[in-house]
Amino acid sequence: MSYYAQLFFATLPETVLEIAALIVLVVDLGFLRNSELKVRALSASLLGVLGCAVALWSQSWSLSKGVWSFGIADTNSVLLANIDSAGAAQAGILVLTALTLLLLIDSRFTRHVGEFVAVVLMSAAGGLLIAGAQDLLIIFLGLELLSLGLYILTAFAKQSGRSAESAMKYYLFGGMSAAFLLFGFSYLYGVTGSTNLQQVMQAIHHSNGPSFDPLLLVSMVMIAAGLGFKVAAVPFHLWAPDTYEGAPAPGAAFIASVSKVASFALLISIGVAGAHSLEAWNSPHEGFSGPWTVVLTVMSLASMLFGNLAALAQISVRRLLAYSAIAHAGYILIALAYFKIDAGAPYESAGYYQGATAVLYYILSYGLTTIGAFGVVGVVERATGSDRMDAFLGLRKRSPLLAVVLLVLFLSLAGIPPLVGFWAKFNLFAIVLGAGAGRIPFALVALAVMLSAVSLYYYLQVLKRAFVMPVVDDPAGRAEKIRVHPVTIFVLIAIAAAVVVTGCFPTLLQNWIAGFYLKL
Amino acid sequence: MLAWTIYLSFAGALIEAFLPKGRAGLARGFALVVAVAGLVIAAAGFAANAGHPRLTIVDVPWVPTMGIRYTLAADGINLVLVLLTGLAAVAGVLFSWNIELRTNEFFAFFLALIGGVYGVFLSYDLFLLFVFYEVAIVPKYFLIAIWGSTRREYAAMKLALYSFVGSAMVLIGLLAAYATAGSHSTGLVQLAQANLPAHFQMWAFPLVFIGFGILAGMWPLHTWAPTGHVAAPTAASMVLAGVIMKLGAYGCLRVAMGLFPHGMDPWGFSFLGIGSWRDVFAILAVIGIVYGALVALVQSDFKFVIGYSSVSHMGFVLLGLMTLNQVGVTGAVLQMFSHGILAGLLFAIVGRVVYDRTHTRQLDELERMHLSRRLPLAAAAFVITGMASMGLPGFSGFVAELQVLAGAWHSNPWWTAVAGVGIVVGVAYTWRALQKAFFTDVRPTAEDHPKTGWHDLDPITWPEVTAFTLLCATSLAVGLYPRVLLDAIEPAVKSFLAGGGQ
Repeated sequence: MSYYAQLFFATLPETVLEIAALIVLVVDLGFLRNSELKVRALSASLLGVLGCAVALWSQSWSLSKGVWSFGIADTNSVLLANIDSAGAAQAGILVLTALTLLLLIDSRFTRHVGEFVAVVLMSAAGGLLIAGAQDLLIIFLGLELLSLGLYILTAFAKQSGRSAESAMKYYLFGGMSAAFLLFGFSYLYGVTGSTNLQQVMQAIHHSNGPSFDPLLLVSMVMIAAGLGFKVAAVPFHLWAPDTYEGAPAPGAAFIASVSKVASFALLISIGVAGAHSLEAWNSPHEGFSGPWTVVLTVMSLASMLFGNLAALAQISVRRLLAYSAIAHAGYILIALAYFKIDAGAPYESAGYYQGATAVLYYILSYGLTTIGAFGVVGVVERATGSDRMDAFLGLRKRSPLLAVVLLVLFLSLAGIPPLVGFWAKFNLFAIVLGAGAGRIPFALVALAVMLSAVSLYYYLQVLKRAFVMPVVDDPAGRAEKIRVHPVTIFVLIAIAAAVVVTGCFPTLLQNWIAGFYLKL
Repeated sequence: MLAWTIYLSFAGALIEAFLPKGRAGLARGFALVVAVAGLVIAAAGFAANAGHPRLTIVDVPWVPTMGIRYTLAADGINLVLVLLTGLAAVAGVLFSWNIELRTNEFFAFFLALIGGVYGVFLSYDLFLLFVFYEVAIVPKYFLIAIWGSTRREYAAMKLALYSFVGSAMVLIGLLAAYATAGSHSTGLVQLAQANLPAHFQMWAFPLVFIGFGILAGMWPLHTWAPTGHVAAPTAASMVLAGVIMKLGAYGCLRVAMGLFPHGMDPWGFSFLGIGSWRDVFAILAVIGIVYGALVALVQSDFKFVIGYSSVSHMGFVLLGLMTLNQVGVTGAVLQMFSHGILAGLLFAIVGRVVYDRTHTRQLDELERMHLSRRLPLAAAAFVITGMASMGLPGFSGFVAELQVLAGAWHSNPWWTAVAGVGIVVGVAYTWRALQKAFFTDVRPTAEDHPKTGWHDLDPITWPEVTAFTLLCATSLAVGLYPRVLLDAIEPAVKSFLAGGGQ
């Protein structure tokens, strides 16, 4: 197979998404220019969903044909491999993108729906790229492709000052963190002489005993800072509340789900390939196995504490979701810091498989739930003009179905069984605590479990308004029914049903993820 | 067959949610049918399996990769508690017959709660048990927050958070036990046989015991109980006191004591005569008995009296568990049943029979209402129930508390002595409440217009009489012929204690 053919096949899903983005633009600008907004939104979303579906199909096709990787033959280095955890993450990204697009049908925040869908698709292509990337340069490329799209999506509600403000904040922080990341990458390259993750890993593993290059430590911290920004981990979280609040609802849903999935997939591969094999201490001390673990531990501790405590004080549901996202990122970082891999053959070890599966399970189920939550917030916002908690007053009366969906999604986020959020947490923590964990991972898990008890409080605050509290004064005719677009309500109910079903039968999602592990 | 108690309740809850709004009678009737069906199954299961060794009902893999199985099983202890749940469910529906606001939603939450409780009592896989345990938390919140009274939102949130903190502690213990045992299985039997190291059990036991103990109303973590009971609608406080607190006690027994028996071993040193976790929890239980009773003695709200009396009575359960001998633990299980019935009755009388008619629970206001003449049936009912509750021979409470005290005597006579004080105070607060609420000697003044308006209180209805008769007859039957339950409980407790766990 020629070089370019190999590249083409390995990046087939990304290519499909880009083409779909162009088709959406052409159709929207070329043919539907004078049509009603409703028609244009419908056609753009459906074309986008179609693109996602084709990309999903092409991904499974390339997996079945064994053309999932792309590398340089003479140095035997893989640049891009769409298997194992990456394959599952990519499929997840595609599904979540499609759901986001379906929620767009009903949105009225912009007249430029075609562009919006195109940017979403291109961004998703960046997400696909970083999920499978095995080379620092491709990682950076994908990350920028993803991020640039996100900045635009955030700013898309042009009439809203908040949207512009949050986009500016997001952009400035994002640019800075990209600089950090690139700085870290450059040190990593300088120390190991390669940009390929496998070779970086081997170089670190072979050259270092108990002593290690301080430059590596610097690069670890820089990389953690850059990626910590992407997953909104404290102290790199400042953009999250503003962006979640200011971005149009589908954009916020996309940022909260797809971008998170891609970033955590990247953290898995960087964590495994690069930093995890750095054995700074000969014997693990209380579960610490190296500086990477220490950095992630600090970030996860700070994120869990800050996210949960700050969420308690919020009155805007979007900001509440932002802080809860920070807390959830903290839980996942525990697993990323402590899942056990064999440094010699990382991808073959059972610890990698279990750890990566648990992290993916968590982030995929979280992404699904969050999209649903933003869908509900979007509908309520359109009906009441606000995302304050009080906008949810009497939701049970105004739209019983929406209220039930909200109940399921929020309880899942709080980790109440038998919903998927509980199972994801249990799975994650059980993996961390697997035999031989030290005291520090145990303490982190204990803290995380206690903090999820705290989190129930703020989720219940919203549910309380939806179900319990009466609408005291009824100035703007609040008690009247909320009209929900049939597609929107269908998607939301489907998401809620998926949350319940995968919660009751956790093996469904687990087997689906495991299906991508070709090597095992 | 017993598994159908769970499925029926959840299916009932789901159907209730979709029943047409505004058809209160339909919602009630349907809920009653579901609850009675559950009771019939529970009773049949009890009759068929009492005294037999543990019966495995279902055992299929649930999450094979993690060794989690869907295991339902029942021994004598579970059977008794399942029977109690059935009775409480039927009585709860009957005593909620007057709920008019969002009736179908009320019964949907109620049946979901009951389903979760059945699930906990039948689970033999720790993970599954935990799932059902948490499933029961959410409906409780909504039942109290929507249909409750006094400070309901505060009380509901407090209850939900206390429950969730407790279950978080249990979850930590569950995760730790699962990992320490080698991440192979979460089955209760398998974990008990995993020979968990003694130093691990030493900290896991108090963690899990306290986690469940919160829901069992263990002093000093009982404060959710009085506020929760008071705020809850009648059926919810019946189930809360009658069954939910038993969930906590059952968890203490089955999970904490069953999985971590060495956690109760002596520490090797003693401080002020306390030499093990067992002593610590026994002393907390004794404090709970006396404290609950003393606080009940000075309450001005009728429902708070009952709320604190629950704390006191649940102290007997925890004390019985900590005796670790056949008599004491049997007494504890019997007390769970007995208190489940009697607390349900007391809350029903206060919440449904009295409060829903007089719209006050303040004892000094009730004092002026001459309820013994206006609601003679209610007065009679409270006399009977109050006698049973304070431990009159012939009722279930007497047999249970006697066994607990006898068991405690074997372990440490001081516990018995102090708990005995609690019983005496128990007589006092019941008597005080009885006298103030019903048999007052305040003479009617001219302003009270004693003759007018005496008949404005709604008459006692048939659902109330039926439910009262059902519960009272059960308590009397168990009191007169305790072997009915003891034949089931004793062998189960014996093998539990002998097996070092399961």
